[in-house]
Parts: sequence; structure tokens; C-alpha cells
Amino acid sequence: MAVVGKAVKRKEDPRLITGEARYLEDISLPGMAHIAILRSPHAHANIVSINTDRAAAVPGVVGVFTGQDFMDVNPLPCPWPAGGVDNNLNTPRALEVEKVTHVGAGVAAVVAEDRAIAQDAVELIDVEWEVLPAITDAEEATFEGAPQLHENAPNNICMEWDCGDQDGTDAALSSADVVVSQRLRNQRLIPTPMETRGCIAQHQPATGEYTIWMTSQAPHVHRLLFTAFIFGVPENKVRVISPQIGGGFGAKIFMYPEYVLTTALSQKVGRPVKWVETRSENYVATTHGRDHVTDIEVGANRDGTITGLKVKTFANLGGILSTVAPGIPTTLYGRMLSGAYTFPNIYCHVTGVYTNTGMVDAYRGAGRPEATYVVERAVDLVANELGMDPVEVRRKNFVPADAFPYEPQDNLLNGLSYDSGNYEQALDLALEMTGYEDFRAEQAAARAEGRYLGIGLSTYIEICGIAPSAWMFGEGWGAALWESANVRMHITGDVVVTTGSQSHGQGHETSVAQLVSDELGIPMEQVHVQHSDTLGTPFGYGTYGSRSTAVGAVAVWRSVQRIKDKARAIAAHEFEADVEDVEYVVDDEGVGKVQVKGSPDQSKVVGEFMGIATSAAGGWSLPGDMEPFLDETSYYDPPDCTYPFGTHICIVEVDAETGNVDIKRYIAVDDVGKVINPMIVDGQVHGGIAQGVAQALWEGAQYDENGQLVSGTLMDYAIPRADLLPSFELDRTETPTPNNPLGVKGAGETGTIAATPAVVNAVVDALAHLNVRHIDMPLSPSRVWEAIQSHSNGGNS
Amino acid sequence: MWPGEFEYARPASVAEALQLLADNEDAKLLAGGHSLLPAMKLRLNEAPLLIDISRIDGLRSISNNGSLSIGALCTHAEIAASADVQASCKALATATGIVGDQQVRNWGTLGGNVAHADPASDPPTVLVAFNANINIEGASGSRSVAAADFFVDLFTVDLEPGEIITSVEIPAHPHDGSSYVKMSHPASRYAVVGVCVVLHRDGDACSGAHVAVGGATVKPMRSPGAEAALRGSMLDDAALDAAAAALKDDIADDLIGDMSFPEAYRQEMAGVYLKRAVKAAGG
Repeated sequence: MAVVGKAVKRKEDPRLITGEARYLEDISLPGMAHIAILRSPHAHANIVSINTDRAAAVPGVVGVFTGQDFMDVNPLPCPWPAGGVDNNLNTPRALEVEKVTHVGAGVAAVVAEDRAIAQDAVELIDVEWEVLPAITDAEEATFEGAPQLHENAPNNICMEWDCGDQDGTDAALSSADVVVSQRLRNQRLIPTPMETRGCIAQHQPATGEYTIWMTSQAPHVHRLLFTAFIFGVPENKVRVISPQIGGGFGAKIFMYPEYVLTTALSQKVGRPVKWVETRSENYVATTHGRDHVTDIEVGANRDGTITGLKVKTFANLGGILSTVAPGIPTTLYGRMLSGAYTFPNIYCHVTGVYTNTGMVDAYRGAGRPEATYVVERAVDLVANELGMDPVEVRRKNFVPADAFPYEPQDNLLNGLSYDSGNYEQALDLALEMTGYEDFRAEQAAARAEGRYLGIGLSTYIEICGIAPSAWMFGEGWGAALWESANVRMHITGDVVVTTGSQSHGQGHETSVAQLVSDELGIPMEQVHVQHSDTLGTPFGYGTYGSRSTAVGAVAVWRSVQRIKDKARAIAAHEFEADVEDVEYVVDDEGVGKVQVKGSPDQSKVVGEFMGIATSAAGGWSLPGDMEPFLDETSYYDPPDCTYPFGTHICIVEVDAETGNVDIKRYIAVDDVGKVINPMIVDGQVHGGIAQGVAQALWEGAQYDENGQLVSGTLMDYAIPRADLLPSFELDRTETPTPNNPLGVKGAGETGTIAATPAVVNAVVDALAHLNVRHIDMPLSPSRVWEAIQSHSNGGNS
Repeated sequence: MWPGEFEYARPASVAEALQLLADNEDAKLLAGGHSLLPAMKLRLNEAPLLIDISRIDGLRSISNNGSLSIGALCTHAEIAASADVQASCKALATATGIVGDQQVRNWGTLGGNVAHADPASDPPTVLVAFNANINIEGASGSRSVAAADFFVDLFTVDLEPGEIITSVEIPAHPHDGSSYVKMSHPASRYAVVGVCVVLHRDGDACSGAHVAVGGATVKPMRSPGAEAALRGSMLDDAALDAAAAALKDDIADDLIGDMSFPEAYRQEMAGVYLKRAVKAAGG
């Protein structure tokens, strides 16, 4: 009757499918007023003056506010500066006061009786701007003479960080048989969750308490930032509730100026206030992702052994820092550059740069897609240079299955090691599903007809289950990264699990219930998982970095073990046996019971020992020193991260006349350790692949030279659509991690991490006979067409 | 997405709508709302009064009495599904069947579409290829404008304030195959380039052709050069190459482009899609 490992339908879905789920926009409080924000139309400008008189005179306007009204509120914190180096930090205020460094920065706000009035009044706020020259490219922003954004950041540099061994890598490159150099642009992406951000805040003057509903992936972290850093009040004064969340992809982890503004305004106007951003605001004011300019040099021997990888990256952090902006292109990027391989020498230097663009922070995968793109492109570039099959170059350099735990060279992971893996097994399975050799024959035949077929591999690894706290402290992270869970067996027999992590599409309510159901021997229907409200859940760091199962579910498991231990003690007392002789078993019917070993008749099923523990069974028969009730909380801090891996293979056909890329097949073999719900994992992989493919082919934020976001609407910014994608062919290998008792690794980001280089490698492979070696993303028809034109010369290059 | 304040009126007849237009300077007509309302929500457009003509009787029928008459309020979906349109103007059925997505096609109207004159829109290219006429009513009576003259420039048409498009008429034009093909923008699905071809055949030879291109140009345009190259040819590769080259020349001064699809690329693709359109029209 076990449910772990089964594709159980999601407990969340009935309310979502029927429209009963309540999102932030569905919430309305009595007396609630509405906020609209005046945002900077300029990418770089000084605020000379703001006149709010005309706006304040609009009937229905409650108040008009500027940054001057919030000087008693601290600027937003940046709790993850790059580790071990100086960071020139600049963070937003609730509303900017003196200057703006990107289009969309908030400078004034209207509170009105309804949203339309608020928007009308915003249009009547008069701002006198001193417009300054703008710079949008991260590398160019460091050049002499570039516009300077912040006084404390000369040459617009926020920080410079490195990892690995520079001298060793230089030596390896100078003695390599071949060295390939390539500039790679990992373009800026706009996360685009279906639901934009929003916040509702209510202040109770009598107690000084705030209740804040917000679109949050990490409600406890948001409360911590509100209390400890921004308002300077204790935790009990702030309750954060994250209602049903319509997608986050990382963008809803962070503290944003609008959340602070809304909360402060609820106190100022003495009414509940609501702010919900439009899609246009979402595109300029919510964080973006990626945006690296990277030069790589990769050295190899003639036999395909890669001897050194040197990476120099300019990471665009935007005009001002989002919450963990500097941590993403450093720890989560540089430390992953060994990929699935035993590169003996690695060096990575990152310059984090301010530019007059929107804030950049974690977006699904967060640093690891950028690293995987570098590594998987580097391997293909080596294969191309040596005239070798990219499969063979990968095999040549893989971390062998018997080498785990594997510590990447040059202390790249700063003390951590890859937990477990069998990279060749996943590769072999994917090649077999693909029919690799047959495809190569088909490709050759197609080329003879002038058709361009290509195949691309991505034999990725990733780092997820982001933790452990002690390691993250060393990486500059300003907090811990354990996770928590409380498991409580209620008097009427149901089990309620509360978690510090938060579910916004990941299906925690189902997979955690599966786990508890199997462990305790209680039907899944009687296990209820609650999250997303700081009142009633234990503190947790939230949902990102594919950590809710690898860290959070382990905390649940540990609470369950404690409950089982207590049940055994109750049974031992009942049967006058030694507790060591009592075992917790789940019978063939799926019913949990405690029984004396070897004496099945001396047993108490789950309902019975719950009754005893709560005294609901009548009588009092607990051991003398035992507290009643079955209610256990765990805080789990793992010893290391987890390291999922796999092989993704993409087959494309490039239209030789137009440059259009058609994905013919997409094969993915992922190894995420033990799987609790294969349907949920498949869903995560599907969505991830779609986003990863979209970066390769379609998505890309575009700024003009004045810092205006040209791709500012969904008319211009191409997110993936089902009709542009084939049916994915998925399979898995299963290599449990030894790093946690469940053997689980994490599945939320593998698709985005793996897919992007697989697609780009496929397109480049399709054009390899023209000597095309690289095309920058997105591989739009015009870029691919230009590559074909510039290499064709009538078929001779 | 909060439009500025506006008044709303829903006239029952064209005459009533014309009176409202006459009485209210800067009023705008609302039909399907799929071009106007997004612009208003982005505050790129505003109107003190919206005159909702969507329920006026008589503007939503399709008839074929020699010429094909399509009421201005017909939706893209209705036109795509019309047996009359499929029989006499297949390219228009194709174009209206691939405008936007199904929701857009269910609401957006042909009259609104041509009045908006988005250069990347699909139906106008077909209307120009088929020598359609745009029928217009105003305070001073009715008039009819050839599609090629109606589309003046980007988002600019020959329509005076106070006038209403009532129907689009496609004159009888016996032919031997027509097509509309386009490259869609990956975000908006608007045409990066769209080409309509109408073929006349004499056996295997081409006795005449109409070629119009849109998406790549400021407005839908006929290509006399491409038409001349196809006329009298066997529609072989050499003829298609010549027609593509002539088309690219014809549109050279009227190209539009953006960061993703530059002018030069669209110009090249116009030639590629011309060839595809000829093949799709049976060539």
C-alpha cells in the first residue's frame, strides 16, 4: 500500500482546477485602500523635485507619498554579498529619494479608494528629473568614461570574486595540445510567473502588529527581513501570509521595495492597503535573471582529455541590488564549473557590475544554468576543435562512478563534494532512447539533401538542496539554511504537518503527505500539509534551490521518527517490554502499529497509540515521565548539498532558408535520487525544459542604449508555448544520495539547467558542416540565418 | 493595466453611431476591442468616449453575390470558417485562421483589424492582393476605397474622423489558387513577414499573379516586379528566384525591423516566403 514512488494525484489540484484557490488578488479586506506607484521613466536620473499637489487633489485619493515620507524606514538589506571579498552594496529604499538607476524604480505612491483612481492620480504627479547618461552592458560599464551609478562603486563594480587556481590553470592552458577561446553571452531573462507580485498589509495600532499577505516563496525570510532589518520590531509584531502563489521561479524569494512601501503605508494611512503590480510593472520592477558576458578558454589534449578551464565573467547585477544578487553569479556559478567532469585545473573570475537596467537575481537554476551553459558549450567546443564526437569527449572526462564522493579540483566547491552519481549510465540510457548512431546516419543523409539536422547533448550536474548552513556562512550568506517541520497527530486521528518551506507549484502537500503516510502507516487523506503562514508554521528559509525535499522533507522525516520513537515507548510501557524490543511497523494493509518484536499479538495500531498518547482512549497509561500528545518538531541542517545529474539530448532541424529552429525530439534522463512522486518530478522536468529551451531559442530582455526595456510586454518578450515544443521523452536513473536518509536530491531546476546548452549544442551541430562554431542566444531565426549566410559562401567556407 | 476614465455608449444602428461620432470629438469606436483596449490599458491611447458598435445589426454577415462581402463586425474566426470565403478567397480564410490565437480570433473583427492597420497584421495583406474595397459610411454619405489606397502608413489609414467601416468587399476574381504564408513573431504571433499570392494558370504556366507582402513593410504592398516575373513563367526555380529578387527590390524602401528581426532579414524572408506562398497556392 506504499504510496512513495507512486504517481499519486496531487492534493492541491482540486482547488486549483475548480478556481477555489485564493490568490493575493482575490483577497479584499474591509476598508481596504489601493496603491499605485509612480515609476521612473528614465534609466539614470537625479530626482530634482516632486510635486504631488495635483495628484492629491483628485477625488478619492487618500494620500500621496514620496521617498521623503519613509526616511525612518531602513533601506532594503542585501544579506548575501559575494563571499570573502569586499562588496560595494547599494540597495533600494521603499521609494527612491535622490536618484534612480533603472527604469521602473519607484519614486512616489498614491493611496486611493480604488486602483483606477490611484493610477489616474499617479499620472498627475510632477517630477523634475535631471536625466543622466545610461549604460546597460556589464562589461562596458567597467570601461573608463562610463556613466557612474553609485559613489561607492568605482567603475560600477560591486565586487570582484574568484575561485579555483589561476596559476595552475594558466599553466595547464599553456601546455595543452589545443586551447579554444570563446565569448559566451548568457542573455538576460524575465521570469514571468503567471501571477505578478502583490502585497496587502494591515496594521493594528492597538498592538502594533502587522499582518502582511504577499506573493512570497519564503514567508519566514520575508518576516525576518521586515523585522530584524527594515522596521526593527520583534518577530511577533509581523505575520506574513503567502496565499496561493501563481509561480515564482525565484523572483518571489526577494524583499522588494513595494512590500516595504505597502507595509509602511498601512500604518501611515491607518487602513489596510493593497498593491498588485501590472505585467508592465512586473517586467521593469521584478527581478530578472542571468545576464552574463563570459570569456572562456578551455585546454585539452588530442585524446579529448580537458586539462584546464578558465572563465572570466561580467555579471550584470542591474541598477541596484536585489536581496541575494551578488551570491548568485559567484557561489552558485563559479563553484559549479567542474560540471560532471574531472577537469584538473579550473579558474573563474567574476566581476559583478551595476548597470542602468532592472535588478538581477536568482531565476530558476540561479547561477547553475549559467555554469552548465559554460561547461557544456566548452566540452562541445573541444569536441569540435578536435574533430571528436561530443559523446566521446564527455566519456573521456566524466567523474567515474567509483570516484564518489568526488571533490572537484582546486577546492572549487570550497570543501563540499559531489555525493553520488553514475554519469555514464544516464548518458547510455539517453543515447539508447535517442538511437544516437542511427541519428548520425540520418543527419548525414539529410545534409546531402541540403537539410540541416543537429543533435546536442547536455550531460549536466547541478548543486541543489542548497545548504549546509556552516558552508553557506563561508560563502557570504548572512543567515543559516536549515529547514524545519512539525508533525502533530490530532485527537481525531488526522496528522497535520507544518513546514517552514513554502509550496508554489511544487506539490509539497502531496509528496510530503506520501512520505508521512508511508512512514506512519496512515492513509494519505488523513495527512495534511500546511505552510505559507508564519503564524502556525516553524521558521524555515523557504522554497528555492530545489531544497524543499532534500532539506525540508528530511525535517519532516525526522519529526516522524521522533513520533515513532515515542509510540514505541508508549507500547513498551503498555506491554511492560523494553523499548528496544518494540518496533514500529507498517503492515501489508498500510496500517502503522507498534509491536513487541516476535509477539505480533502484543501491538497497538496507530489509532490506539494515538488515543493513549492524547488520553482520548480513556484512562491514563503513559509512562510516568512522558508528556502527553504526539507532536514533534525538527530543524534539519544537512552535511552537504545534493548533486542531481543526467543527460538531455535535443534533436533539431534548422530551416536552411530562414534560420528557424524546429525541435524534432527532446530526450531527458534525469537522476534526482529517490523519487517520491514521479508525476510531480515529471511535471517539474517538463516546465524546466520548456524554460531552458526558451532561453536557447526565444527569450531575451532587450534594452536600448538609453536603458529603456524594449521587450517590455508579452507582445515582445517570447515565453515558451506548448505548440512550439515537442512531447518530451523522459526517463530516469535512480542513484540515492547518501547525504540524507531519504536518498532524495531535488528536481525543481534540472530542466532549466540542462536544456539550454542541449539546444544550443544541437543547433551548432546542425550547422557544423558549415564550420559554424557558436551562435549567441537566443538563437532567433535571424541570428541563425546570419550564421548560415556568413559561413556558407555557396557551400564552401 | 488600468485605462484612464472614459464614457461608454452602445448605439443600435450605424446612423446612431455616426451621430455619436459627430457629437463627440476624439470618441473612438469599439468593436472587438483587441487592438484598442490593450493600448488604452497601457495608457498609450485614450478616449473620452468609447462607442461600442459590436451589436449593430447588419454588420456581421458574409455574402457572395458575385463579389464577396464581409461585414465589418465579422470576427476572424467567422471569416475563417465561412464556406463562401474558403471557396472564393482561400488565402483570406487562411490568414484569418492564423491571426493571434483562438481567443483573439473569436473577438477581433475584420473592420477593427483594417482600421487599426498594424503593419504586422495578416488580413490586410490578403485584402491588398485581392484588390478588396473598404466600404465606409460617414455623415456625408458612403464611399469605397481600394485596400491598396486605404492603407497609408504604419497605423495610418484613409479614414476620416466621423467615419465607420461597414464592410469589406472582395470583387469577383476568378483564379486558380491562392495562399497566405507567414513567419510568426515568437511572442505576439504577428507576422514578421507575410505573403499572399493569387495565381492564374494556363495549363502548367502562370498566366498572371497577384503578390502582396506585409509584416516586413510599413503597410501591405503589392509587388509589381514579382508579379511580372511570375507572369508567363512555368513557376520553375528560375522564375521563383527572379520573383523573389524583384519582390525584395520592390519593398527595399518600405522595410521595418526591430532588434530580433532586422530590416535586412525581413527583406530576405519576404523572398523566401514568396516562394513558399507560390507553392502553397499550387504553383
